[in-house]
Amino acid sequence: MLIDMFITFFIIGLVSFGGGYAMIPLIQEEVVNRHQWMDTTALADIVAVAGMSPGSIATNIAVAVGFREGGMLGAVVASIAIFLPSFIIILIIGKAFDRFQHHQLVKSAFYGLRPIVAGMILYAAILFAQNSGMIAKLSWYTWSQILIFAGSLAALLLMRKHPLTVLVLSGLVGIAVYG
Amino acid sequence: MNWKQLSVLFVTFLKMSPVTFGGGYAMIPVIEREVVDKRGWLRAEEVADVFAVAGSVPGAVAVNSAIFIGYRIAGVMGAIAALLGICLPTFCIVIGLTAFYTVAKDNPKIEAAFTAIRATVVALIVYAAIKIGKTAIVDFATGALAVAAVALLFFGSGRIHPAWLIVIGGAAGIIIVKIKERMGKSAKITAQDEQVYDYSI
Repeated sequence: MLIDMFITFFIIGLVSFGGGYAMIPLIQEEVVNRHQWMDTTALADIVAVAGMSPGSIATNIAVAVGFREGGMLGAVVASIAIFLPSFIIILIIGKAFDRFQHHQLVKSAFYGLRPIVAGMILYAAILFAQNSGMIAKLSWYTWSQILIFAGSLAALLLMRKHPLTVLVLSGLVGIAVYG
Repeated sequence: MNWKQLSVLFVTFLKMSPVTFGGGYAMIPVIEREVVDKRGWLRAEEVADVFAVAGSVPGAVAVNSAIFIGYRIAGVMGAIAALLGICLPTFCIVIGLTAFYTVAKDNPKIEAAFTAIRATVVALIVYAAIKIGKTAIVDFATGALAVAAVALLFFGSGRIHPAWLIVIGGAAGIIIVKIKERMGKSAKITAQDEQVYDYSI
């Protein structure tokens, strides 16, 4: 299992261009679909916990999944696995990068990569929305979910609140509404 | 092996770790203060290069810049020292929170809290999508790629591994730009100024 975990997070670390949330479809595929270490709801909870902590979300998710499935050792293995690709790549090309990054080919690749990443992140949103029951036959519950979603988005987008603040406030709202 | 230098590197990045709460780029002012001004390990102009590299290789910006700076200062051991420094606090916090969640999750209040939090997570993700969407979708081709990605993920779930999408995206970008060149048009491949201060990407 530790080997699987290492391979899983190594691959994720290898393709994690464009940041953490884009990795959610991959993590879903590997952790939920392929290895069935947990279900989507548990993953969504992990994403929440990872979002409350400093550090990048992808790494935090790796640590959390590793810890949940394999204790301390799992957490360490997952962490090393997710950093290793960056480590290797930076050590190899680091010095040469100044020429590398302005190269037409690299810029073109990123031009195509960015929208793909945007699509992946959007898919992650749809996935978790479906899973939380937000997109379902309209009921009191779905309405409350939609409202909390909309409120959170407004807080992030318009009021520029920090994710931790929004998550904590949301939790309090949850206790009031669903408790 | 210069242990003193390595431990100074480690501690410097350890202190910077909480700052990554604001996203990797939030490190920039702290790095300027600690690495450039206080210790003179880098020149100010080099900081921009570091973050350019850090944002272009896979992985998180904060971690990548730590690795890069550590490497430049003290080679492989330096890279490791900086990496450990920047990761240790967040590692411990995540473990702590996960452990707490594992024991607390059956508590009805915590369950209620997380029911709302799951909706907020969707908002967090949508927010991330909007932010990157602004710099990513600049013309028809990129818009089409984004839609294609969502479609492929939906219909290919279980069949196509999402990791392939990254490869396809890079290749598609190169191909599209080449085609546009042939057609005499230019593609907007220079990213608009990406927000320097962001939370999670």
